Amino acid sequence: MLTARVIPCLDVKDGRIVKGVRFANLRDAGDPAERAAAYEATGADEIVVLDVSATLEARKTRVATVRAVRERLSIPLTVGGGVRTIDDAGALLDAGADKVAINSAAVEDPSRIARIAERFGAQCCVLALDAATNERGTYEVVVKSGRERTGIDAVTWAREAVERGAGEILLTSFDKDGTRSGYDLPLVLAVARAVRVPVIASGGAAGPEHLWEALRAGADAVLAASIFHDGEHTPDDVKRELRAFGAEVRL
Amino acid sequence: MVRTGVANLASVLSGLRKAGAEPHVSDDPAAVRAAPLVVLPGVGAFAAGMESLTARGLDLAIAERVREGRPLLAVCLGLQLLLDASEEGPGVRGLGVVSGHARRFGDHAGVRVPQLGWNRVVPGEGCKLLREGYAYFANSYRLAEPPPGLACATSQHDGPFVAAFERGPLLACQFHPELSGAWGIELLGRWLAAGKEAAC
Repeated sequence: MLTARVIPCLDVKDGRIVKGVRFANLRDAGDPAERAAAYEATGADEIVVLDVSATLEARKTRVATVRAVRERLSIPLTVGGGVRTIDDAGALLDAGADKVAINSAAVEDPSRIARIAERFGAQCCVLALDAATNERGTYEVVVKSGRERTGIDAVTWAREAVERGAGEILLTSFDKDGTRSGYDLPLVLAVARAVRVPVIASGGAAGPEHLWEALRAGADAVLAASIFHDGEHTPDDVKRELRAFGAEVRL
Repeated sequence: MVRTGVANLASVLSGLRKAGAEPHVSDDPAAVRAAPLVVLPGVGAFAAGMESLTARGLDLAIAERVREGRPLLAVCLGLQLLLDASEEGPGVRGLGVVSGHARRFGDHAGVRVPQLGWNRVVPGEGCKLLREGYAYFANSYRLAEPPPGLACATSQHDGPFVAAFERGPLLACQFHPELSGAWGIELLGRWLAAGKEAAC
């Protein structure tokens, strides 16, 4: 039986870790390869690196960062941020990513999902879906780090992306991200029910009980950044608590 | 390490280096025949994987190694390429050096496909390299029935399936040892040691 995965996320800008509240107010928090290795040593099941820098120059740094992280890591590595083309995906996979996450570029042109999945396999192709609640009380896809609302229903988009070949969904609540008030559970529930591929819940975790709530809502994996960065918890600590709650984890 | 053209090699190369090897990449059948140890990686689809092997004559070189009992490590799709066929590529023949058909995980509630994550591996009778522990899997197809004549380890996802099999210096893993943390790197180390011994 598959265990629930606990995934520390590194938001990286220009080769350094940053973490902000609601995708803004970035502050420096260290070297990605060092930090990734420390997370593996303390029980991380996987690492996600999201590159939040946007310039062409920074993309070259990104490949170097992925290479450095890979050399230290013997667990899976997912990389996202600015992935648009097959070449972008290929460069990251060549550098040592095991999966690539595609976000805004997939919303712009959904056929990009199929192209990446056909070339590299569905298990390599992660849809990063950022969602926010709207005035109708449903969830809407947001892009460009949350700056732009699309009017697209999040659950419908999740289904479509899976039909096109996405092998996993990294589901981030824009409303909850960085707030430390818990994951958006109705969002997790709706998406996890709508698709057969694994769903990673992201955005809002402050402690193990939040991670447990997301797993109970149907998430297969839980992603968190600040609770690990600040040294409050290690992945192993969190997993011991999850096991006490009743989750199956790798310890 | 065999360059199949469809696989991502960086993680496997990095894992082998961590286990103490100095891997070289090649798509030359003569090199695959001559190498003391060979790794057949595998990410991608069954039909594309077979096509890239046969296009270069690598299929015969790899099949020969298995028949002669020479050291080979097959990873993920690499394991499935050793079989007769896979539901993923109807009508495409596998290397056929291990009998069996890979089939897709069933369409049942609660069974996520692809299987992405850590699953418990339990070695069966006769396993020497494989030990109990958690391994990282990334697959939609699997071999459900243990192949005859090989020592098998099993895991559970939509029922039991073959997580890995071994026979002497032949080791085939449905999981990714290179992504299975210290447990996986240790397994690579045991295979390297067994392979070096057999190659002498």
